[in-house]
Amino acid sequence: MSAEQSLKGRKIIIHDMSLRDGMHAKREQMSIEQMVTIATALDDAGVPLIQVTHGAGMGGNSLQHGFAPHSNEEYISAVASKMKQAKISVLLIPGLGTMKELKSAYDCGARSVHVATHCTEADTSPQHIAFARKLGMDTTGFLMMAHLNTPEGLAQQGKLMESYGAQTVYITDSAGYMLPADVKARVAALRAVLKPETEIGFHGHHNMGMGIANSIAAIEEGASRIDASVAGLGAGAGNTPLEVFAAVCERMGIVTGCDLFKLMDMAEDIIVPMMDHMVRVDRSSLTLGFAGVYSTFLLHAKRAAERFGVPARDILVELGRKKMIGGQEDMIVDTAMTMAKERGLLKDAAA
Amino acid sequence: MKKIRCALIGSGNIGTDLIYKIQRSPFLEPVWMVGIDPESEGLARARDMGLKTTAAGVDGLLPHVLEDNIQIAFDATSAYVHAENSRKLNELGVMMIDLTPAAIGPLCVPPVNLKAHAEKVEMNVNMISCAGQATIPIVFAVSRIQAVGYGEIVASLASKSIGPGTRANLDEFTYTTSNAIEIVGGARKGKALAIINPAEPPMMMRNTISCLTDDEPDQAKITESVLEMIKEVQKYVPGYRLVNGPLFDGKRVTVFMEVAGLGDYLPKYAGNLDIMTAAATRTAEMFAQEIIAGTIQLKSPEVA
Repeated sequence: MSAEQSLKGRKIIIHDMSLRDGMHAKREQMSIEQMVTIATALDDAGVPLIQVTHGAGMGGNSLQHGFAPHSNEEYISAVASKMKQAKISVLLIPGLGTMKELKSAYDCGARSVHVATHCTEADTSPQHIAFARKLGMDTTGFLMMAHLNTPEGLAQQGKLMESYGAQTVYITDSAGYMLPADVKARVAALRAVLKPETEIGFHGHHNMGMGIANSIAAIEEGASRIDASVAGLGAGAGNTPLEVFAAVCERMGIVTGCDLFKLMDMAEDIIVPMMDHMVRVDRSSLTLGFAGVYSTFLLHAKRAAERFGVPARDILVELGRKKMIGGQEDMIVDTAMTMAKERGLLKDAAA
Repeated sequence: MKKIRCALIGSGNIGTDLIYKIQRSPFLEPVWMVGIDPESEGLARARDMGLKTTAAGVDGLLPHVLEDNIQIAFDATSAYVHAENSRKLNELGVMMIDLTPAAIGPLCVPPVNLKAHAEKVEMNVNMISCAGQATIPIVFAVSRIQAVGYGEIVASLASKSIGPGTRANLDEFTYTTSNAIEIVGGARKGKALAIINPAEPPMMMRNTISCLTDDEPDQAKITESVLEMIKEVQKYVPGYRLVNGPLFDGKRVTVFMEVAGLGDYLPKYAGNLDIMTAAATRTAEMFAQEIIAGTIQLKSPEVA
C-alpha cells in the first residue's frame, strides 16, 4: 500500500508558528496590528492553534533575544479576544520563562503551551508542565534540537515529559538538519514508549528544504500534530510552509480542516509583503541545516559578521563545532570576537 | 592556629565539594556531614575523609553541636528545608551559610558586600546561586562607576554539573538570581537566564553579563573597574577569566567570562560548582577570622 493511500482520512492538527517563530524573522518587531491581522486570517482559514509570543517565548524580552515593541501579555490579549475558533498557545523555555509568566499568559487568554527544553534536558521541565496542566492548558513537551539525541534517547526524554503531565510530545528540528529517515526513526521510538493517548508532534525548519517531506514522514509514523508557518515565516529558512503543507495534505487525503485557498491568499497578500528579508534557503540558512545549528542564530550571526568582519558562515560552523544550543545567542558575539582576535581584526581589551 | 569547626548539611555535589575547600582553609575545619540517605556516596566519601556523619538530617546533628563546638554550618540542601535547618542551628548559636535559593538572610557576594555582613554579625547569609556569584561582581563593577538601569546575565552550564535539585526547581534559580542582580549588583532591574548544555566533552561554565547604563558609558573607567573586580574574584576562584570584552555598544556594556573549577570533586568544567563553594568558603573564613581575633562574637543561645 502506498503512503498516499495509507494516510487517506488521517486527521492532524496544524499549529501555526507565524506569530512566534515568525517573530525571529522579523527581529521581534511585529506590531500588534500585524499580529491581529494575521491571527484573524488564520482563524478564518480554520487553523485550530496559533502560537503568539516573542520568538523566544515567555520571558523572551531581553538583550539576549531582543526586545519586542510590546509585552507578551499585550500581544496575547489583543489576539485572543478576536478569535472565533482558534486557540492561542505560547512557548515557555524553562531557564528563560517562568511559571509566573505562564500564569499571566493564561490570564490573557492563552490555552495551550509548548514547554521546551533541549533534547537531553527534559528534567528541567517538571514544574512548568505540571503547572500548565493545573491551569487546564493543552500541554506539550517540546524537545528542541532533536537531531542531537538518538531515537532511543529522545524517546526516554519524551517519556519523562509524559510522566510530568505532557499530553503531546514534539520532535523539534530546530536546526532544520533532519532528513525523513531521521524523523521516522524518532517518531517510531516515541510511539513505542508513549501511552497511546499521548500525541506526537513535529516542528520543522526548512533549512535543507525538507520541512514538508519531514512532516509527512512524521505523520506516516503516527504524528498527529504539525507546526508550520504561513509562507514559512520563521527562523532560519523558515518553518514548514503552512499553505504548501496544507496543499500536500489535501492531495494525500490527510484531513487538516483548513481552507487551502484562504491560506494561499494570506501567504501572498499578507505575509510575504511584510517580510524584512525573503525567508528562504540561502547560503547562511543552508549552513544552519547542513551544520546542525539552531535556526535562530542566523540573524545574530549576520549582525556579528558585519560588526567584527568574520563571515557569518565561518561563525555558524564554529558554533556548530562548539555544540552551542538554543538560548546561547550570547556565544555568537563571543565566538565572533574570539575569531576576530585570532585573525588579527580585534585587540584584546585586557591586554 | 585555632580553627573554627564546621558542619556541612547536604551530601550532594555542593556539600561534597565543600569538604575539599574547607579542609584546605587555614581558618576552618570540616567536622560533620549531614545527609538523609545512609547509602549516599557523599556520606561515604565524607567518612573516608575523616568527618563524622549522620543520615538523620539536621536533627541527627543537633545533639552534637555544643560538645563538638560547631560554630558555622553550610546548608546545601533545598530551599524548602533551609528555613527549619537555619532556625534549629541558629538557636544553638551556629552561624548559617545558605547555599540554597531560600535566601532568608542577606545576599552575599564576597568582593561586593561580605565585609559589611561580617561586621553586622549576620547569623544567616545567602550565597544566591552559582550564576549570581559569577556575574554579580561584574554588574557591581559597572554600577559603581555609573548608574545601571538594567542588568542581564546569561549563564551556560555543563549538563553534567547540574544536580537534580536545581533541575527540578529552575524557577527559584531565576527569581533568586534576578533579584540579587538588583539588590547586590546595583542594577535597577535585573534578569537572569540559564542554559544547560549537554555537549561532550562538557563545556566550561560561561557567563555573559550585559548592563545598560543611563548615560554614555565611560569606557576607560568601566574597563578598569571590571579588570580590578576580576582580580578580586580570582583571589578565591583562580579559574575566573575574562574571555571577551568589555564590549561597548551605545549604552550597552557586555562582558564575556569563563569559570574553570579547581577540579576538586567534579572536573574543571564545573566552574559553577566551584564558584559557589569557593564563595561560601571565603564567606565562612571572613567570619572565622573575626571570631578567632575576637572582633565579633556569634550570638550565643543565652544572648539570643
